[in-house]
Amino acid sequence: MHTLTIAGKTYSSRLLVGTGKYKDFDETKQAVDASGAQIVTVAIRRTNLGQDASQPSLLDALPPSKYTYLPNTAGCYTAEDAIRTLRLARELLDGHTLVKLEVLGDPKTLFPNVVETLRAAEVLVKDGFQVMVYTSDDPIIAKQLEEIGCVAVMPLASLIGSGMGILNPWNLQIIMEHAQVPIIVDAGVGTASDATIAMELGCDAVLMNTAIAQAQNPVLMASAMKKAVQAGREAYLAGRMPKKIYTASPSSPTGGVIGT
Amino acid sequence: MITLTVNGSPQQLDARISLAQLLENMQLSGKRVAVERNGEIVPRSQYAQVKLQDGDQLEIVVAVGGG
Repeated sequence: MHTLTIAGKTYSSRLLVGTGKYKDFDETKQAVDASGAQIVTVAIRRTNLGQDASQPSLLDALPPSKYTYLPNTAGCYTAEDAIRTLRLARELLDGHTLVKLEVLGDPKTLFPNVVETLRAAEVLVKDGFQVMVYTSDDPIIAKQLEEIGCVAVMPLASLIGSGMGILNPWNLQIIMEHAQVPIIVDAGVGTASDATIAMELGCDAVLMNTAIAQAQNPVLMASAMKKAVQAGREAYLAGRMPKKIYTASPSSPTGGVIGT
Repeated sequence: MITLTVNGSPQQLDARISLAQLLENMQLSGKRVAVERNGEIVPRSQYAQVKLQDGDQLEIVVAVGGG
Protein backbone atom coordinates (compact mmCIF):
# COMPACT_ATOMS: atom_id res chain seq x y z
CA MET A 1 0.00 0.00 0.00
CA HIS A 2 2.71 2.43 0.95
CA THR A 3 5.46 1.14 -1.29
CA LEU A 4 6.23 2.22 -4.83
CA THR A 5 7.13 -0.39 -7.42
CA ILE A 6 9.06 0.63 -10.52
CA ALA A 7 10.19 -2.01 -13.01
CA GLY A 8 9.69 -4.75 -10.43
CA LYS A 9 11.72 -3.09 -7.70
CA THR A 10 10.04 -1.80 -4.56
CA TYR A 11 10.84 1.49 -2.84
CA SER A 12 9.51 2.73 0.49
CA SER A 13 9.98 6.40 -0.43
CA ARG A 14 7.73 8.10 -2.97
CA LEU A 15 10.01 11.10 -3.25
CA LEU A 16 12.70 11.11 -5.92
CA VAL A 17 15.25 13.89 -5.84
CA GLY A 18 17.76 15.49 -8.13
CA THR A 19 21.34 16.22 -7.11
CA GLY A 20 21.95 19.46 -9.01
CA LYS A 21 22.26 23.09 -7.89
CA TYR A 22 23.61 22.37 -4.40
CA LYS A 23 26.41 24.37 -2.80
CA ASP A 24 28.64 21.31 -2.50
CA PHE A 25 28.48 17.53 -2.23
CA ASP A 26 28.17 17.70 1.54
CA GLU A 27 24.96 19.72 1.26
CA THR A 28 23.76 17.39 -1.51
CA LYS A 29 24.19 14.37 0.70
CA GLN A 30 22.57 15.98 3.73
CA ALA A 31 19.56 17.06 1.69
CA VAL A 32 19.16 13.69 -0.01
CA ASP A 33 19.32 11.92 3.33
CA ALA A 34 16.82 14.34 4.92
CA SER A 35 14.44 13.74 2.00
CA GLY A 36 14.52 9.99 2.57
CA ALA A 37 14.73 9.54 -1.21
CA GLN A 38 16.06 6.22 -2.44
CA ILE A 39 16.21 7.18 -6.11
CA VAL A 40 18.45 10.11 -7.08
CA THR A 41 18.87 11.60 -10.51
CA VAL A 42 22.29 12.47 -11.89
CA ALA A 43 23.48 14.12 -15.07
CA ILE A 44 26.12 12.80 -17.46
CA ARG A 45 28.68 15.39 -18.55
CA ARG A 46 32.03 15.63 -20.28
CA THR A 47 35.03 15.59 -18.00
CA ASN A 48 36.51 19.07 -18.13
CA LEU A 49 39.87 19.09 -19.76
CA GLY A 50 42.35 20.36 -17.23
CA GLN A 51 40.01 20.02 -14.28
CA ASP A 52 41.43 18.85 -10.98
CA ALA A 53 40.95 15.11 -11.15
CA SER A 54 41.77 14.73 -7.47
CA GLN A 55 38.54 16.47 -6.46
CA PRO A 56 35.89 14.19 -4.94
CA SER A 57 33.13 13.07 -7.26
CA LEU A 58 29.39 12.83 -6.80
CA LEU A 59 29.76 9.06 -6.72
CA ASP A 60 31.99 9.38 -3.66
CA ALA A 61 29.41 11.55 -1.87
CA LEU A 62 26.43 9.38 -2.82
CA PRO A 63 27.70 5.83 -3.31
CA PRO A 64 25.68 3.94 -5.95
CA SER A 65 25.58 0.99 -3.55
CA LYS A 66 23.37 3.01 -1.21
CA TYR A 67 21.12 4.92 -3.63
CA THR A 68 19.42 3.93 -6.86
CA TYR A 69 20.93 6.17 -9.50
CA LEU A 70 18.72 7.56 -12.21
CA PRO A 71 21.01 8.99 -14.89
CA ASN A 72 19.20 11.61 -16.95
CA THR A 73 19.50 13.14 -20.39
CA ALA A 74 19.09 16.73 -19.26
CA GLY A 75 20.37 19.11 -21.89
CA CYS A 76 19.68 16.75 -24.81
CA TYR A 77 17.59 18.17 -27.65
CA THR A 78 17.56 15.17 -29.99
CA ALA A 79 16.71 11.51 -29.59
CA GLU A 80 20.21 10.62 -30.80
CA ASP A 81 21.98 12.67 -28.12
CA ALA A 82 19.72 11.24 -25.42
CA ILE A 83 20.37 7.66 -26.56
CA ARG A 84 24.16 8.23 -26.68
CA THR A 85 24.09 9.81 -23.24
CA LEU A 86 22.24 6.90 -21.68
CA ARG A 87 24.48 4.31 -23.32
CA LEU A 88 27.42 6.14 -21.75
CA ALA A 89 25.56 6.17 -18.43
CA ARG A 90 24.97 2.44 -18.62
CA GLU A 91 28.70 1.86 -19.11
CA LEU A 92 29.57 4.37 -16.41
CA LEU A 93 27.29 2.67 -13.88
CA ASP A 94 28.28 -0.93 -14.65
CA GLY A 95 25.32 -1.97 -16.77
CA HIS A 96 22.66 -0.05 -14.84
CA THR A 97 19.53 0.19 -17.01
CA LEU A 98 17.06 2.31 -15.01
CA VAL A 99 17.22 5.75 -16.61
CA LYS A 100 15.41 9.05 -16.88
CA LEU A 101 14.76 10.08 -20.46
CA GLU A 102 14.11 13.73 -21.17
CA VAL A 103 14.43 15.33 -24.57
CA LEU A 104 13.99 19.05 -24.46
CA GLY A 105 12.52 21.23 -27.15
CA ASP A 106 13.48 24.75 -26.20
CA PRO A 107 16.23 26.16 -23.96
CA LYS A 108 14.04 28.94 -22.59
CA THR A 109 11.12 26.84 -21.34
CA LEU A 110 12.87 23.43 -21.21
CA PHE A 111 9.57 22.11 -22.48
CA PRO A 112 9.87 18.50 -23.63
CA ASN A 113 10.00 17.67 -27.33
CA VAL A 114 7.56 14.79 -27.25
CA VAL A 115 8.24 13.70 -30.84
CA GLU A 116 11.94 13.19 -30.08
CA THR A 117 11.06 11.72 -26.69
CA LEU A 118 8.85 9.05 -28.30
CA ARG A 119 11.59 8.20 -30.82
CA ALA A 120 14.25 7.89 -28.14
CA ALA A 121 11.98 5.84 -25.88
CA GLU A 122 11.38 3.27 -28.61
CA VAL A 123 15.09 2.77 -29.25
CA LEU A 124 16.00 2.66 -25.56
CA VAL A 125 13.28 0.18 -24.60
CA LYS A 126 14.37 -2.12 -27.46
CA ASP A 127 17.95 -1.75 -26.26
CA GLY A 128 16.99 -3.11 -22.82
CA PHE A 129 16.74 0.13 -20.83
CA GLN A 130 14.11 0.61 -18.15
CA VAL A 131 12.93 4.05 -19.14
CA MET A 132 11.33 6.55 -16.78
CA VAL A 133 10.28 9.33 -19.08
CA TYR A 134 9.80 13.04 -18.55
CA THR A 135 7.01 14.43 -20.70
CA SER A 136 4.37 17.10 -21.00
CA ASP A 137 1.00 16.62 -19.27
CA ASP A 138 -0.61 15.43 -22.52
CA PRO A 139 -2.61 12.27 -21.73
CA ILE A 140 -2.29 10.89 -25.27
CA ILE A 141 1.50 11.15 -25.31
CA ALA A 142 1.67 9.73 -21.78
CA LYS A 143 -0.30 6.67 -22.93
CA GLN A 144 1.87 6.25 -26.02
CA LEU A 145 5.01 6.31 -23.89
CA GLU A 146 3.52 3.63 -21.67
CA GLU A 147 2.61 1.52 -24.70
CA ILE A 148 6.16 1.78 -26.00
CA GLY A 149 7.23 0.12 -22.75
CA CYS A 150 8.38 2.92 -20.47
CA VAL A 151 8.37 1.75 -16.83
CA ALA A 152 7.15 5.10 -15.45
CA VAL A 153 5.69 8.20 -17.06
CA MET A 154 6.68 11.52 -15.51
CA PRO A 155 4.56 14.48 -16.60
CA LEU A 156 5.54 17.99 -15.62
CA ALA A 157 3.51 19.92 -13.05
CA SER A 158 4.94 23.13 -14.49
CA LEU A 159 8.20 24.14 -16.15
CA ILE A 160 11.48 22.70 -14.86
CA GLY A 161 12.91 24.90 -12.12
CA SER A 162 9.93 27.26 -12.18
CA GLY A 163 8.45 26.38 -8.76
CA MET A 164 5.02 27.21 -10.17
CA GLY A 165 3.35 24.12 -8.70
CA ILE A 166 0.60 21.99 -10.22
CA LEU A 167 -0.82 24.06 -13.06
CA ASN A 168 -3.12 21.50 -14.62
CA PRO A 169 -4.38 18.95 -12.10
CA TRP A 170 -7.10 17.86 -14.50
CA ASN A 171 -4.66 16.64 -17.11
CA LEU A 172 -2.67 14.80 -14.47
CA GLN A 173 -5.87 13.16 -13.31
CA ILE A 174 -6.72 12.00 -16.83
CA ILE A 175 -3.19 10.62 -17.24
CA MET A 176 -3.46 8.70 -13.97
CA GLU A 177 -6.90 7.29 -14.73
CA HIS A 178 -5.59 5.62 -17.85
CA ALA A 179 -2.15 4.57 -16.68
CA GLN A 180 -0.94 1.06 -15.94
CA VAL A 181 2.56 2.24 -14.93
CA PRO A 182 3.56 4.61 -12.12
CA ILE A 183 2.85 8.28 -12.82
CA ILE A 184 5.43 10.53 -11.22
CA VAL A 185 5.05 14.28 -11.21
CA ASP A 186 8.38 15.61 -12.36
CA ALA A 187 9.27 19.30 -12.43
CA GLY A 188 7.50 22.40 -11.20
CA VAL A 189 7.06 21.68 -7.52
CA GLY A 190 7.92 24.83 -5.55
CA THR A 191 7.10 24.04 -1.96
CA ALA A 192 5.77 21.31 0.29
CA SER A 193 2.08 21.90 -0.41
CA ASP A 194 2.67 21.40 -4.15
CA ALA A 195 4.07 17.94 -3.45
CA THR A 196 1.12 17.15 -1.20
CA ILE A 197 -1.36 18.23 -3.88
CA ALA A 198 0.37 16.00 -6.43
CA MET A 199 0.14 13.02 -4.09
CA GLU A 200 -3.48 13.80 -3.11
CA LEU A 201 -4.35 13.68 -6.80
CA GLY A 202 -3.15 10.09 -6.78
CA CYS A 203 0.28 10.41 -8.34
CA ASP A 204 2.54 7.51 -7.44
CA ALA A 205 5.53 9.69 -6.60
CA VAL A 206 7.06 13.13 -7.02
CA LEU A 207 10.46 13.99 -8.48
CA MET A 208 12.03 17.34 -7.64
CA ASN A 209 15.37 19.11 -7.49
CA THR A 210 15.18 22.90 -7.49
CA ALA A 211 12.46 23.18 -4.83
CA ILE A 212 14.88 21.62 -2.35
CA ALA A 213 18.24 22.81 -3.67
CA GLN A 214 17.21 26.45 -4.07
CA ALA A 215 15.34 26.74 -0.77
CA GLN A 216 16.98 29.05 1.77
CA ASN A 217 17.61 25.95 3.88
CA PRO A 218 17.78 22.97 1.51
CA VAL A 219 18.13 20.33 4.21
CA LEU A 220 15.07 21.57 6.10
CA MET A 221 13.07 21.77 2.86
CA ALA A 222 14.12 18.21 2.03
CA SER A 223 12.67 17.11 5.36
CA ALA A 224 9.49 19.09 4.65
CA MET A 225 9.14 17.43 1.24
CA LYS A 226 9.48 13.99 2.76
CA LYS A 227 6.56 14.71 5.09
CA ALA A 228 4.54 16.46 2.37
CA VAL A 229 4.74 13.43 0.08
CA GLN A 230 3.81 11.09 2.93
CA ALA A 231 0.91 13.32 3.99
CA GLY A 232 -0.42 13.58 0.45
CA ARG A 233 -0.20 9.83 -0.04
CA GLU A 234 -2.04 9.10 3.20
CA ALA A 235 -4.73 11.67 2.40
CA TYR A 236 -5.18 10.10 -1.04
CA LEU A 237 -5.53 6.63 0.47
CA ALA A 238 -7.82 7.90 3.23
CA GLY A 239 -10.18 9.42 0.68
CA ARG A 240 -11.11 13.01 1.31
CA MET A 241 -14.62 14.12 2.22
CA PRO A 242 -16.62 15.59 -0.63
CA LYS A 243 -16.61 19.35 -1.03
CA LYS A 244 -20.02 20.83 -0.14
CA ILE A 245 -20.33 24.33 -1.40
CA TYR A 246 -22.75 26.46 0.67
CA THR A 247 -23.70 23.43 2.79
CA ALA A 248 -22.34 23.85 6.29
CA SER A 249 -22.41 20.81 8.54
CA PRO A 250 -21.68 21.30 12.25
CA SER A 251 -19.18 18.98 13.83
CA SER A 252 -20.82 19.24 17.24
CA PRO A 253 -24.26 17.82 18.13
CA THR A 254 -27.09 20.14 17.05
CA GLY A 255 -29.27 19.18 20.05
CA GLY A 256 -28.77 19.83 23.76
CA VAL A 257 -27.44 23.33 23.44
CA ILE A 258 -28.16 25.20 26.70
CA GLY A 259 -30.85 27.86 26.79
CA THR A 260 -32.91 26.27 24.01
CA MET B 1 51.72 13.22 -34.78
CA ILE B 2 48.05 12.35 -34.54
CA THR B 3 45.10 14.58 -33.79
CA LEU B 4 42.10 13.50 -31.75
CA THR B 5 38.96 15.31 -30.76
CA VAL B 6 38.42 14.88 -27.03
CA ASN B 7 35.18 16.26 -25.65
CA GLY B 8 34.91 18.58 -28.60
CA SER B 9 38.47 19.96 -28.40
CA PRO B 10 41.39 19.01 -30.65
CA GLN B 11 44.22 17.17 -28.89
CA GLN B 12 47.57 16.40 -30.48
CA LEU B 13 49.61 13.37 -29.53
CA ASP B 14 53.20 12.58 -30.55
CA ALA B 15 52.40 8.94 -31.13
CA ARG B 16 49.58 6.46 -31.04
CA ILE B 17 48.84 5.53 -27.47
CA SER B 18 46.19 3.42 -25.83
CA LEU B 19 43.00 4.83 -24.43
CA ALA B 20 44.21 3.76 -20.98
CA GLN B 21 47.34 5.92 -21.46
CA LEU B 22 45.31 8.90 -22.57
CA LEU B 23 43.12 8.59 -19.47
CA GLU B 24 46.25 8.40 -17.36
CA ASN B 25 47.62 11.55 -19.01
CA MET B 26 44.32 13.23 -18.15
CA GLN B 27 44.64 12.04 -14.53
CA LEU B 28 41.48 9.99 -14.97
CA SER B 29 42.95 6.56 -14.29
CA GLY B 30 40.87 4.73 -11.73
CA LYS B 31 38.17 7.40 -11.90
CA ARG B 32 34.63 6.43 -12.75
CA VAL B 33 34.31 7.58 -16.37
CA ALA B 34 32.72 6.25 -19.54
CA VAL B 35 34.15 6.65 -23.02
CA GLU B 36 32.55 6.81 -26.43
CA ARG B 37 34.88 6.48 -29.41
CA ASN B 38 33.56 7.42 -32.83
CA GLY B 39 30.02 6.90 -31.65
CA GLU B 40 30.63 3.52 -29.99
CA ILE B 41 30.91 2.81 -26.28
CA VAL B 42 34.31 1.45 -25.29
CA PRO B 43 33.91 -1.07 -22.44
CA ARG B 44 36.17 -0.31 -19.49
CA SER B 45 37.86 -3.69 -19.88
CA GLN B 46 39.19 -2.65 -23.31
CA TYR B 47 40.84 0.66 -22.43
CA ALA B 48 44.32 -0.88 -22.49
CA GLN B 49 43.80 -2.61 -25.85
CA VAL B 50 42.27 0.31 -27.75
CA LYS B 51 44.99 2.19 -29.67
CA LEU B 52 43.90 5.68 -30.55
CA GLN B 53 43.99 6.68 -34.22
CA ASP B 54 44.30 9.94 -36.06
CA GLY B 55 40.87 11.55 -36.32
CA ASP B 56 39.31 9.66 -33.42
CA GLN B 57 36.38 11.41 -31.80
CA LEU B 58 36.23 10.73 -28.08
CA GLU B 59 33.64 11.63 -25.50
CA ILE B 60 34.73 11.08 -21.90
CA VAL B 61 32.00 11.58 -19.33
CA VAL B 62 31.37 11.46 -15.59
CA ALA B 63 28.26 11.57 -13.40
CA VAL B 64 27.55 15.03 -11.97
CA GLY B 65 24.75 16.57 -9.94
CA GLY B 66 21.59 16.99 -11.95
CA GLY B 67 17.82 16.88 -11.79
